[in-house]
Amino acid sequence: MHVHASEFDPHSKDPVTKPPLDPHLKALENEAIYIFREVAAEFEKPVMLYSIGKDSSVLLHLARKAFFPGRVPFPLLHVDTGWKFPEMIAFRDATAEKFDLDLIVHTNPRGKEEGIGPFSHGSSHHTDVMKTEALRQALDAGKYDAAFGGARRDEEASRAKERIYSFRTPDHKWDPRNQRPELWNIYNGMVRRGESVRAFPLSNWTEVDIWRYIQAENIELPPLYYAKSQKYVERDGMLMWAEDPRFEALPGEQIQEGMLRFRTLGCWPLTGGIRSQATTLDEVIAELEIATVSERQGRAIDRDQAGSMEKKKREGYF
Amino acid sequence: MTAVANTALASPAPEADTAPATRDSRPLRLITCGSVDDGKSTLIGRLLWDTKAVKEDQAVTLRRDSGQQNDLGLPDFALLLDGLQAEREQGITIDVAYRYFATDRRSFIVADTPGHEQYTRNMATGASTADLAILLVDARAGLLEQTRRHATIASLMGIKQFVLAVNKFDLVAYDRAVFDQISNDFKALALSLGVRQVTAIPMSALKGENVVYSARSVIPWYEGPTLVETLELATLRSGQSTGFRLPVQRVSRPGESFRGYQGTVAGGAVKPGDSVAILPSGQVANVKQIVTFDLVRNAAVAGDAITLVLDRQVDVARGDMIVSLDAQPQTGLAFDAQIVALQPDGIVPGKRYWLKAGSRRQRVQVEPAQQLDLKSGKWQPAEMLQMNAIGKVQLAFDEAAIFDPYDVNRGTGAFILIDPDTNNTVAGGMITAKRTELGGLNAHEGRVILSLPSDLAEQLLATELLASRRDEVETRRVTTAIARALLDDIDG
Repeated sequence: MHVHASEFDPHSKDPVTKPPLDPHLKALENEAIYIFREVAAEFEKPVMLYSIGKDSSVLLHLARKAFFPGRVPFPLLHVDTGWKFPEMIAFRDATAEKFDLDLIVHTNPRGKEEGIGPFSHGSSHHTDVMKTEALRQALDAGKYDAAFGGARRDEEASRAKERIYSFRTPDHKWDPRNQRPELWNIYNGMVRRGESVRAFPLSNWTEVDIWRYIQAENIELPPLYYAKSQKYVERDGMLMWAEDPRFEALPGEQIQEGMLRFRTLGCWPLTGGIRSQATTLDEVIAELEIATVSERQGRAIDRDQAGSMEKKKREGYF
Repeated sequence: MTAVANTALASPAPEADTAPATRDSRPLRLITCGSVDDGKSTLIGRLLWDTKAVKEDQAVTLRRDSGQQNDLGLPDFALLLDGLQAEREQGITIDVAYRYFATDRRSFIVADTPGHEQYTRNMATGASTADLAILLVDARAGLLEQTRRHATIASLMGIKQFVLAVNKFDLVAYDRAVFDQISNDFKALALSLGVRQVTAIPMSALKGENVVYSARSVIPWYEGPTLVETLELATLRSGQSTGFRLPVQRVSRPGESFRGYQGTVAGGAVKPGDSVAILPSGQVANVKQIVTFDLVRNAAVAGDAITLVLDRQVDVARGDMIVSLDAQPQTGLAFDAQIVALQPDGIVPGKRYWLKAGSRRQRVQVEPAQQLDLKSGKWQPAEMLQMNAIGKVQLAFDEAAIFDPYDVNRGTGAFILIDPDTNNTVAGGMITAKRTELGGLNAHEGRVILSLPSDLAEQLLATELLASRRDEVETRRVTTAIARALLDDIDG
């Protein structure tokens, strides 16, 4: 629904009686809104990378806040590798509908034609083609000069080095040794044609902040974040989801069934679940607060080789 | 006499005494600085380790990557910080890294910044947002030029709280005389910079002594706080003691019945009914409404991201500033500032840069006047500023600039300089004062100003000749008062 001039009136919105955010989350929210507005005002063609997970959900919520009472003034881009959980795709489409968003979905046509997938080609090649290359195709096609991402500095060592405005060359290269200095909250958004900036409004958030914010703001998430009975196998120390028809058990592997949830969502063969009984948000948070392993422990691509995230980022991965 | 050298030169901030920080308070931002090999990465790694911010899988990776371990059987904490391949290969920190940890009382964002002189720009980056600076010195080496450089930049950037971490104290046999000497030297330096709140702590980051856990058993004479205790009690810097300031980021017009100005309050407070001025035009209006996603609010304060609705039609654009009518910032064509030069080309006299402050970007001519000699701590005349130099400059604008002094309001007194040839950020700067006249600056030398009706200007710019030289042509919209001031400058 587009807001029509005659029917819009923020007066009519009764003040909501909701407990105020604690100062820590409020400060993070204010910072993110500032970044959203700055990028939207400075760049000609921004786009928001939307990957359907909890960070994307928070990012989208903040974007809606930043531009209220207007609608989100840029499209959302989802790079679909073809290996996402079906529940993610359903959630994505429902969200776009609910919030009146412009959603662009892109799958690498070359990869699709060649049938590239994580089982047949390995996680590294699959990610290169279906995520990194696909992303570059979509960004080039849209001639976007700014792309929002939901990356946080606490996720991984090379991400801790990211600027809020992360400059990219026309071929999407990131040079970690030659980043623009970033002082105060004054961001340098000057780019030439073809160059772009990746902007990270959630840079200073931690995983716990994300969950506490989801709780405080009552943000809806894909149901995969909550535990339910699922089929899975244990492979290379990872609990691999085994509900998809493309899943093939290796010799000796037992398909098990049990209460499982996901701490992070990506392509299902590369994203391990965790055994959990947490079926509500409060239970998820309680579980998280005593967790002794990091969230990316369930991500295969981080572990391909030392410095692998940095390498992928240099090549254009988010 | 308690004979403890850690006592702050000024009494601790009152908030620290009366209202202990809780888990819910805003995070304290801190920066660690010091020379190469003083152990900064080790210290932060130790902070993360001892506050349980390192998860089990990360610890496993860390132990795997650590290779040869020290005789304490601990992993190499620095590897938690130096995440880039080049950093690991060279064993140094190149770029600023941001890390997050929390105690039961407070959460922290720490900027781990490089010690190498060639990466001073990243240290300045970290200092610009920090509430507190930890300066590390190696107990065996004492204060170095880098200590002075970092302390100077930190204080220029407005940091008022320093922690002096006298590290590797185990390697001087916990000798109290060494500690007294270094902390006295540092306090003299801090005083010369105008910093009065210094806490000196003898520690071993490697062994974890006086970082999170007290080292009473090996340093019995030290009765002061540990590093973490000091951080828990530190105060957030405000630096926004001005009237209401709202740099306008964008204008929101979702429909004809609504027109709001979006931005983050950079100083003071506002409520419906307040009279405000729009700068630089000087138009006056009253605040009708403060709109946010959740509700229409009764008031907004510094830090709040809001949408402001005024009670009448006024011309407001991105880059304008909405301010309280009775406490306005300064507007003018010339300002004095201090800057830190961040790129190899330095700051070239007379060159025209882009200046960005808040949401406002405008052309400026920069004239270096003095440079700080880090050895003597004295200002020397300078015509050009090399990379990493700290200088005083004069700024000359073509159209009115809007600033508060940096020490009054960080949000409206800071700026960056962007080189129009490379688009790189070449300096960070802090406004010190408005200049009443342009002095000896020839702000308009070699340039011709043509005043044309806007439709004619657009037609001219569309011609092939002018279009090919579009970068050299500036257009601007000025008020009559500014146009008059510009003409006066040229005539004078």
